[in-house]
Amino acid sequence: MPLLELRDIHKTYYLGGETIRALDGVSLDIDSGEFISIIGPSGSGKSTLMHILGCLDTPTSGTINLDGMMIHDASPRQLAAIRNKKIGFVFQFFNLLPKLTVRQNVELPMIYSGLSGKERRERAMNSLSSVNMEDRSKHRPSQLSGGQQQRAAIARALVNDPRIIFADEPTGNLDSNTGELILEMFDKLHQEGRTVMLVTHDPEIAAVTPRRIVIRDGKIANEIDPKLAGDVPKFEQFTDIKSKKTDMTS
Amino acid sequence: MNLSSIIESGFKEIWAHWFRSLLTMFGIILGVASLVTMSAFVKGKENLLKDSLAESGGLERIIVDDNDDLPDYQKHLEDEANGMTLKDVYALQKNAPLVYNVTPVIEKRSYRGSLRVSRKGKRVRYASVKGTWPSLLEIEEHELEHGRVFSDMDDLLANPVCIIGTQIRNDLFGEYDNQGEVIIPIGENIMINYIPFKIIGMFKQYMSEEDRKKKEEARAAGQTVARRDYRSSYMSGDSQSHTTMRIYSGKNSTIMIPINTLVSKLDSAYDRGSNMDRSLSKVAMNIYDVSTLEKSLQQVRNVLMQTHKGLEDFEFETQEGFAGDINLSIQNERISGMFIAGICLLVGGIGIINIMLSSISERVREIGIRKSIGATNMDVFLQILTESIVISVAGGLAGIMLSPILVNTLASFAADTTPPVMTAFAMAIAFGFSVITGSLAGLFPAIKAAKLDPIQALRYD
Repeated sequence: MPLLELRDIHKTYYLGGETIRALDGVSLDIDSGEFISIIGPSGSGKSTLMHILGCLDTPTSGTINLDGMMIHDASPRQLAAIRNKKIGFVFQFFNLLPKLTVRQNVELPMIYSGLSGKERRERAMNSLSSVNMEDRSKHRPSQLSGGQQQRAAIARALVNDPRIIFADEPTGNLDSNTGELILEMFDKLHQEGRTVMLVTHDPEIAAVTPRRIVIRDGKIANEIDPKLAGDVPKFEQFTDIKSKKTDMTS
Repeated sequence: MNLSSIIESGFKEIWAHWFRSLLTMFGIILGVASLVTMSAFVKGKENLLKDSLAESGGLERIIVDDNDDLPDYQKHLEDEANGMTLKDVYALQKNAPLVYNVTPVIEKRSYRGSLRVSRKGKRVRYASVKGTWPSLLEIEEHELEHGRVFSDMDDLLANPVCIIGTQIRNDLFGEYDNQGEVIIPIGENIMINYIPFKIIGMFKQYMSEEDRKKKEEARAAGQTVARRDYRSSYMSGDSQSHTTMRIYSGKNSTIMIPINTLVSKLDSAYDRGSNMDRSLSKVAMNIYDVSTLEKSLQQVRNVLMQTHKGLEDFEFETQEGFAGDINLSIQNERISGMFIAGICLLVGGIGIINIMLSSISERVREIGIRKSIGATNMDVFLQILTESIVISVAGGLAGIMLSPILVNTLASFAADTTPPVMTAFAMAIAFGFSVITGSLAGLFPAIKAAKLDPIQALRYD
């Protein structure tokens, strides 16, 4: 059974009498341990998809099964608990709280899961050392470089041992060298057996993941799946096989 | 999220903007301090008034006075009215079981010129000579500090003995001798209308707690206290202080002598007749139970209507009116004080609402981040509410700490008002109100913050 199972997800907004179909019948399976990217231009619906997958938003219709839980009709309280325990977020703008130290930032998710202070500190330091940030634990975010802030954010995403990590344009605010390091870090997490989903508009970044899903106008326009294609296509080939249809596209 | 980490993060947030938080707290600080201060002054006044009520005999004291103004239908019998006499006293003793300590009083006051109290060229400015029985000591709450009370034998033989108040001693002997010791003039003679009276007892000095403290402090510092000029204190200060002052100074200026002594030695020849017919200034008595006041008064009235042949030439004087006045004035002051302090707290609360609203609009993104990593709406709600409560609790505590300073400052500006009394109860009430204000003020911003959509909040700049 897949870790994440989407069936016919629709999300419709009504803005000033106009109907916007942000997602228009998306079905998708993600297995545990996959490294996957969602690609699409802005306005394609990829962010909406990530928000729904990340339990920040609920679909207008359709079903989502995350790790055995039907999250499409969960209460806000249950969604908060799922975000806290099963999901880790990494954002483009890092989203660390500027008033807290790095360690306190990493401790935040554990505060909401009700862990004791001692355990929080231990796990926060463990998580920071896994991204080589333990020597910066007492710094404020403003005293860190962008790459360091993003590593701290990854440490925060990992600290509650989530089932899946969502990274929304994680390199969008970094120079290319640092961005590469961050992508390597995600690759390493994937090697360790974690499920990671990158959301990006940049096909070059998406190229680091074996499986890529292209979203356009709220639909899955294309998908490259090594399981289906047999081998991992190179990035150069990626644009050429846009027209290839799989059974997953709608 | 458990409570301790919520409170901890509340404190952190407040500390991060300590100056803004302090300004916000000022509203609460002033509200709480003014509430405590107001209640301290009202309580001080209440204590003083209640003390003075007790000092003048409490609610158990009834006085029957002459009343020359007969009811209209008895006007033609005016000549028959001869006021209260010892006959009435004995009749009440026998026939009015609801009252006790029925005591005759004949009072002469020095300022009317009919009386002169002096010794070796010194003269008492104001004295009230009361010819009475020893039971008056109990009715008027007198306490003998030195010597003895006159006996029935003194009364029977009309012995020239007297018990004096400390003010009489101060006027005639001075308060302290050369060694600084308190003068106790037991055994000395004083002249009342040029007739020598032997001092056999002296009352304790009656004064308010505040005056006693001042006096002790002054004594410890080795100064003698200038005698309080009660006439000047009448001029300033408020009316209720006057009542109290009058009761204390009146009691200190008392000279008590046996009633027979007064009649036989101090009455002029013109007044002489049978002692039984001598008209009394008043008849004082106690009732057993305040709750039976009406019944007791009726009983006394019935007896007196008999002895006075149906003439209603007497009237009752109870302390009920005094007690009612006290309650009314305390209640009024409490309400007006509460009103002012309530407005202060309201303004403080509005300040908190204002600052919390601006604080959450600065922190929309933070709230979005917290929600994205698992904060529930309740967590966010509690966080904002806690910050507001922490501000108000800190303000409340600071206000309580400020209030003694405020009370003392105000008291030192107005030396003649009643001394304030701070109570833990008032502090608890004020503190409670500040917490309630903080909770209510935090409610609206907290709901607003909890309702924020995490996606919108994360996009917010």
